[in-house]
Amino acid sequence: MDTRISVIDKRLQNINRIIAVASGKGGVGKSLVASFLSILLTEQGKKVGLLDLDLYGPSSHIILGAKPSQFPEEDKGIIPPKIHNISFMSIVYFSEDKPSPFRGQDITNIIIELLAITQWGPLDYLIIDMPPGIGEEILDTIHYIKRAEFLVVSTPSKVALGAVGKLTSILQEMNLPLLGILENMAMTSTTSIEDNVKKMGIPYIGAIKYDSKLETALGDVQALSNTEAFKDFITAMISLDIN
Amino acid sequence: MHEWALAESIIVAALEAVDKEKLKNIKEININIGELQQIEQDIFDFALHEIVKSQNSLFKEVIFNIKTEESILECKNCKHIWRFSDMKKKLGEDESEAIHFIPEVVLVHMRCPNCGSPDFKISKGRGVTITSIKGER
Repeated sequence: MDTRISVIDKRLQNINRIIAVASGKGGVGKSLVASFLSILLTEQGKKVGLLDLDLYGPSSHIILGAKPSQFPEEDKGIIPPKIHNISFMSIVYFSEDKPSPFRGQDITNIIIELLAITQWGPLDYLIIDMPPGIGEEILDTIHYIKRAEFLVVSTPSKVALGAVGKLTSILQEMNLPLLGILENMAMTSTTSIEDNVKKMGIPYIGAIKYDSKLETALGDVQALSNTEAFKDFITAMISLDIN
Repeated sequence: MHEWALAESIIVAALEAVDKEKLKNIKEININIGELQQIEQDIFDFALHEIVKSQNSLFKEVIFNIKTEESILECKNCKHIWRFSDMKKKLGEDESEAIHFIPEVVLVHMRCPNCGSPDFKISKGRGVTITSIKGER
């Protein structure tokens, strides 16, 4: 019996809502959306945690401008350092941002260890930045974090939406809470993605238009908050019961 | 000291066993800890005894037997097999500390000592498990 699994519920018991930002496809902006959501909720005065579970390609720290140069403090576990008032936990504190050649069983063990030893304390929201696909991380999150609600991100591409559809099918088959699909990097004003999402029987949250100035704002939370992309995100979030 | 968090997991799991097996008390808990966890046994043992103090008489006479399982690593490229303890001294202090927190980052900070490949696996010696519990019904 792996005892670490037994203590996970206790670690998460003082968290009001847990939202996993996921997609079936890579490169669609999950980390950006997870960071935006964390920034928005923090600006609203909420206590927010952000857990980056993209263990192969962690990037939330780059978006938030965090430079994990030392280990988190310990107090009956590890305490997520505050980055712009967001309690932030990531593998990068331990991997020094080096390449991480993990296999499935390693991924599962890392997720169990992180969930077992991280002392989040009371939070209004824990946001989880998920890796792409429907592999270990998604299945382990479903298994060990039983209250996770899923916010799925897609780009306007048919290719992306095809992969996203596979993820949402699995989530629906498992009767898991699916908040909806958020369109990112929208290039035109057509409603083709919105129409397709609605055909899938899934709420369409809204669209973040492609913002050519976003890249230069990465790593600076203040600059990110002033981007057109963040403004679109705020507008899209109005349709969701997140406040 | 994240040993406390792992010690707490032992007690939470033991309490689950109490419920499941309808035990009146627990006399003995046998614990297996992977060497990769690099647990400070004194701290871990102290934490276990402190945590059970806050419980009722369930753990009054409990004995904790803690065994460290040697960690063995195996290269997927050249099939070389080695002990973590043989290579530990080649790790930097921060690398060793990182593995203490998250054992699987050994795959980030170590390479096969025979061929240099980053593609190796942890064959045994990680995680925290209860191997058996003795108590009275």
